[in-house]
Amino acid sequence: MFKKLFPLLLLVPLSGCAGGNWGWYVVDPTTTSGYNNVWFLLTGLYYTVLLSVTAIVISIVIGLLVALPGLSTNKYLRGFNRVYVEFVRAVPILVLILWVYYGLPQLAGIAIGVFWAGVIALALSDSAFEAEIFRAGIQSIDKGQYEASHSISLNYYDTMRFVILPQAIRRILPALGNQLVYMLKMSSLVSVIGMQELTRKANELVVTEYRPLEIYTILVLEYLVLILIVSAGVRWLERRMQTDERN
Amino acid sequence: MTKNDQTALIEIESVSKFFGSFQALKSVSLNVTKGERVVVCGPSGSGKSTLIRCINQLEQHEEGDITVDGITHDGAAKSLNAIRQKVGMVFQQFNLFPHLSVLDNLTLGPVRARGMSKADAEKLAMQYLERVRIPEQSDKFPRQLSGGQQQRVAIARSLCMEPQIMLFDEPTSALDPEMINEVLDVMTELASSGMTMIVVTHEMGFARRVADTMVFMDHGEIVEVAPPEKFFKQPDSARCQDFLQKILHH
Ligand SMILES: Nc1ncnc2c1ncn2[C@@H]1O[C@H](COP(=O)(O)OP(=O)(O)OP(=O)(O)O)[C@@H](O)[C@H]1O
Ligand SMILES: [Mg+2]
Repeated sequence: MFKKLFPLLLLVPLSGCAGGNWGWYVVDPTTTSGYNNVWFLLTGLYYTVLLSVTAIVISIVIGLLVALPGLSTNKYLRGFNRVYVEFVRAVPILVLILWVYYGLPQLAGIAIGVFWAGVIALALSDSAFEAEIFRAGIQSIDKGQYEASHSISLNYYDTMRFVILPQAIRRILPALGNQLVYMLKMSSLVSVIGMQELTRKANELVVTEYRPLEIYTILVLEYLVLILIVSAGVRWLERRMQTDERN
Repeated sequence: MTKNDQTALIEIESVSKFFGSFQALKSVSLNVTKGERVVVCGPSGSGKSTLIRCINQLEQHEEGDITVDGITHDGAAKSLNAIRQKVGMVFQQFNLFPHLSVLDNLTLGPVRARGMSKADAEKLAMQYLERVRIPEQSDKFPRQLSGGQQQRVAIARSLCMEPQIMLFDEPTSALDPEMINEVLDVMTELASSGMTMIVVTHEMGFARRVADTMVFMDHGEIVEVAPPEKFFKQPDSARCQDFLQKILHH
């Protein structure tokens, strides 16, 4: 994957040199201002990662809590699951970010910082997808596992915690990894409320340097590298799980 | 609760079970006394599994009463849990927990449902692994064991709950022929230790050796209940004679 993409990445700056329209000096690390600019852009990584990881952890917890009633025999609990999933999936993420940041404080009468507004919006939005992933994963576990648990008197909580979820989570791990990739990309939207993550940093630098082509190209590469690393991590985990199952 | 039979450990009284509009059990009654070994047989779909699964309420019956050691299933969580503590079950497909080692399969119930310490539970587990003759496999995972070994682990897992009654639902049907005997031997040994057992099986050699009572089911009804000597020589019903003809002379 890396090997195939590498020549392509080289083409980007080379084409710039050839065309003469590029001004790579803005991000030339051999100059003081270029070095400062690159450093400024890279510091956005901190909030992009922190925001995405915090949001995915919370969305996994909410997703699980929403998935469990969806598996109940009680039709009201199942109804709650359906309504939550359909409703949350219908709201665009950007709209949810704006609503949580500007709307929710008025409704709740408390101030919410940019970071937590972003986390809440991303986590809520993603939780509907996590709920569906968990529901499918739990449903894929053989019903004999429940029967064996019941026959040794395990209660619902213990059955889920020690028997069903450990098996379900193994199966949905690749899907959870994909959600993290998705979350890293969607976190760029939180730039609109002023979160100092990758995209916001790039926007701010463009305003002072007037070099959108070079700066946004760097931004693309930042996301690309970040996501390639996460994807490689997910594939590694997947392979490890498979060998686990085989022996 | 009827007290006409002082020693009845399981009382099944006029139990009916429906799947939608299909009636899988038709007013079935059966008493099992302490220490009794009951073997249930009958054609496929006759309701054998459904009957024993009603005893620990893996299936809920709609009509009639099931009483285990004086506790009647009344739909409440308390009686359900009390009864499940007394009743162990072994399944055709073993249903071991694939993500846990053999030892962890065995200690999960004692630790979580009986409140034992991990150390005590492990001691108990090793004791029962000795009894099913595979103590050396305790650190392996289920998929690393043969079918016969897996089923013996499943039996040990149930025994670790120290139940008064063991239910077996075709425990050897999913096994290769050469592994059937190792499981039947463990069950025979368990029977001779005085365990109350209800076994659904078509292993008639085992039934002859071990059963106190033979039960024949057909179309959701108990058609014949007799001690094995009578059951195999001269069953009353034509349906039972037919069935025995088929499975004993194939
Ligand atoms: N969950 C279910 N939903 C609908 N019908 C069911 C269900 N479980 C069992 N049945 C039906 O009830 C009847 C009795 O089933 P049961 O499993 O008790 O038979 P069995 O005697 O154990 O047969 P086998 O020898 O094949 O295991 C069958 O006709 C079966 O199709
Ligand atoms: Mg059956």
